[in-house]
Amino acid sequence: MFTRRALLILAAQAGVMGTLAHHLYEMQVVHGDELKEQARRNRTSRRQIAPARGEIYDRCGVLLAGNRPNWRALVMVEETTDLQAVVDRFATIVPLDERDRLRIERDRKHVRRYVPLTLKEFLTWDDVARLGLNAPTLPGVLIDVGTTREYPFKELLAHIIGYVAPPNEKDVQRDGIMALPGMKVGRAGIEQTQEIHLRGQPGTVEMEVNAYGRVMGELERVEGQPGARLELTLDTTLQSRIRDRIGERVASAVVMDCRNGEVMGLVSTPSFDPTLFDGGISRTQWNSLITDQRTPLVDKAVSGLYPPGSTFKPAVALAALRAHAITPSERFSCPGYYDMGGVRFHCWSRYGHGAINLHQALKYSCDVYFYQVARRCGMEAIHDAAATLGLDGPLPIELPHRRAGSVPTPEMRRKHGHHWNGGDTVNAGIGQGLVQTTPLALATYASRLATGRLVQPHLLRSVSDQAIMTDPEPLPFAKEFLAAARSGMFAVVNEPQGTAPAARLNLPGVQMAGKTGSAQVRNVPRALRESGHFNSMNLPWQYRPHALFICFAPYDNPRYAVSVVVEHGNAGATEAAPLAAQIMTDALVRDPANRTSLSRGVVARADGLDD
Amino acid sequence: MPLKDFTVPRTARRLLRAEPNLRMFSRLWQINWFFVLLICCLAGVGYIALYSAGGGRAEAFAQPQLIRFCFGLLMMLGVALASPRVLRMLSVPIYGLSILLLTLVLKMGHVGKGAERWINLGGFQFQPSEFAKIALVLMLSTWFYRIGRERMGNPLRLIIPAGLTLLPVVLVLKEPNLGTATIVGVIGASLFFAAGMRWWQIIILVSPLPFLGPFIYNHLHDYQKARIDTFLHPERDPLGAGYNILQSRIALGAGGRWGQGYLHGTQGQLSFLPEKQTDFIFTMIGEEWGYVGGVVVIGLLFLIMLSSMLIALRCRNRFGRLVGLGIAMDFFLYCVVNLSMVMGVIPVGGVPLPLISYGGSAMLTMMFGFGLLLSSWVHRDDPD
Repeated sequence: MFTRRALLILAAQAGVMGTLAHHLYEMQVVHGDELKEQARRNRTSRRQIAPARGEIYDRCGVLLAGNRPNWRALVMVEETTDLQAVVDRFATIVPLDERDRLRIERDRKHVRRYVPLTLKEFLTWDDVARLGLNAPTLPGVLIDVGTTREYPFKELLAHIIGYVAPPNEKDVQRDGIMALPGMKVGRAGIEQTQEIHLRGQPGTVEMEVNAYGRVMGELERVEGQPGARLELTLDTTLQSRIRDRIGERVASAVVMDCRNGEVMGLVSTPSFDPTLFDGGISRTQWNSLITDQRTPLVDKAVSGLYPPGSTFKPAVALAALRAHAITPSERFSCPGYYDMGGVRFHCWSRYGHGAINLHQALKYSCDVYFYQVARRCGMEAIHDAAATLGLDGPLPIELPHRRAGSVPTPEMRRKHGHHWNGGDTVNAGIGQGLVQTTPLALATYASRLATGRLVQPHLLRSVSDQAIMTDPEPLPFAKEFLAAARSGMFAVVNEPQGTAPAARLNLPGVQMAGKTGSAQVRNVPRALRESGHFNSMNLPWQYRPHALFICFAPYDNPRYAVSVVVEHGNAGATEAAPLAAQIMTDALVRDPANRTSLSRGVVARADGLDD
Repeated sequence: MPLKDFTVPRTARRLLRAEPNLRMFSRLWQINWFFVLLICCLAGVGYIALYSAGGGRAEAFAQPQLIRFCFGLLMMLGVALASPRVLRMLSVPIYGLSILLLTLVLKMGHVGKGAERWINLGGFQFQPSEFAKIALVLMLSTWFYRIGRERMGNPLRLIIPAGLTLLPVVLVLKEPNLGTATIVGVIGASLFFAAGMRWWQIIILVSPLPFLGPFIYNHLHDYQKARIDTFLHPERDPLGAGYNILQSRIALGAGGRWGQGYLHGTQGQLSFLPEKQTDFIFTMIGEEWGYVGGVVVIGLLFLIMLSSMLIALRCRNRFGRLVGLGIAMDFFLYCVVNLSMVMGVIPVGGVPLPLISYGGSAMLTMMFGFGLLLSSWVHRDDPD
């Protein structure tokens, strides 16, 4: 009986074992593939990796913004027994300042144990070598390389290139890619406006992770598309020349190829170090930047608004000529003042210029002539001409914070609830009062005067080697009107009694045309003016007039246009004009087409920066 | 045999002048070495699997387990040489000790995974419920041996063995360890069955069981109810309570027909698999060696179980038969509960795979049980 029952039990046992074996077959062989797929999903994690940011070059192929490897020391917290001891020992090899220590203390509370903790960034080769030597005493410390944005020219190009910073909450919301570690966002300049080109496409990496999400290895990697290589129209050598010419002055200068609008130099002083922002800027540094009354953070060349002063006169002339309000030969008399509605408007010359025509009026920069011309042709005509010449309205320069010049009409002023006096029109005739513009607009204006074409200023020469071509169309001004304005500007520099003889070029066979300007920043009290002892040089710096100069050269076949604004420089003729002439000489000498035709001595003298 | 054998002074005297039927050397010769070889094979499988579970390092699990196995092997051979008479004499103290330990664990046990299952015995942890199974087998076999087959028909004679079975079952349930309590109960029942309990008695006992189901469920602990719920619907809480079942299924399925290769099971090596060195060791084997490996292990387990049953069947005396069947049943239940558990057939409970899973008390008590089995084999031809 025992045998029978034991066999019964054995049969049951064999049946159960068989069922289990069958069940195993179902799971592993029949449903194996779908479970295998689940297992694969279990253990892999796809992550995106930040693409390399596009590099920026100048027109000669000089690197302006690149990615530099950033050597940093990390510590794997879980591989150390006593983190504090490791940090202290680390500090004896590579010094840690108070900020580093605070950051380490903060990170160690938030970061998960298997995520490496950053001890110190931007290690030098010396540091790396010393750390390598001391590796045995630093358990868990490892050296890793990330990238940081590098700006070899720092201050020189800070306003144009801008800078990058880690993305903030808003950036991440706008584009999820920004959440990837290592992503940077352009915060100013080309870095900001060309963000789309520079950013690139993120790659993906498929990693094997364990149950706790820790990365165990890499399975597959698809490299991202690095950001586009940008080539700018700038000439860095010229840019640095201009910077040196300006020296300590608070000024801005723009050099433009007046045939196509390529901006070859764009300087605003003083400047700032853009690398401060990528590495994190300290509060004191930031405060000193924003409280400086010379406004280092502002790119005055594109966002500084100044009254154009007398440099506006050729535009008024063109407006009047086009409106057939005057002819080039028509004479107006200047007794040194102009009375209108009980108000006396003065010429800069107390003695007057007599009866003069357009050519002379530009040459002497006679104010009274232009008071009358402005009155005769009206503000609408001046506005239209100024807008055509680029002085009113936005320009397509690839920079953020660019501001538009404005030459308002009575209509526009009234729309905003302001009153318009007849005197406003008169003041506008000499570029004062409500007329405002930027140095970039002035250079554009000079270019358009020089070539008679609607050139648009731009900084981008090519994107990923795709050249950006421009073919500016002619301006709606009759050729002879433009010629009249140009000849007046030629006279300013080259004829006797012109206002800017100091701007004459010291280059054989090359002549320049230009126009001076001095823009008052506050009214001169009548009593002071009439006392005859008024000299603006005696004013405090911030009340002195701005000095302006616009020019183009060569006169017979214009190649470059330059605008210079020296803040509180007092007089365009003495302060801005010589500077502009030096800058123009630099530009012309730098031009490979000219280097052969100019004598060797001239080139050497210009290259050697001595005049 | 009459009950007077159990008086203490005479027991001691008998032990001292134990008169073996066979000489020591010939007893050793009589040991079923084929069975020992099978057990060594199983331990070998365990070593290989634990080496992998330790991430390719022997020191983690494989080495300590091997040392324990060698110790267990010596104990098994020692027990195998004991005469059944001595074993019968020791059955009461062993049973008493197991009950004492079960009581102790309730009073001062270590809490592991929501249940008191362990007691600390001078440095190493011991799970009394494992030991209780073997003690019960020995106790019931001795009891049924003494009352003989004929008197099994008398229900009054079955009251005491029923109490002897229920006592450890209740104590283990209180720990609470539902899985092991069930195993203890089923072992006891199978011994009642094999010892010759009448069919009408069986029918009377079994018929009310289906109605007890809801009653038992209501008296389960919350974690046990949750276990049953998640077993029925693991997908409801894939990262919580259903995690073990889902991960085990996924890992087994990932093994496929041929496996992912030794030491290359992704789910196991990447810690997705919970408790891969103990309860879920079979999943690890299945993932790395595939269906082929899994079937080989199941086959080996079946072979050991079959050998145990054949040993029981070959025995000429009632005691040896019942001990053999009890041990075979114990081993079988271990295997089935563990395998069903990792395959997701029954709710998860802490039942290891004998001789493969990492752990001391399960292995040592199992080896002790195999010692009893081998002793039955050595004395297979003793008369009743």
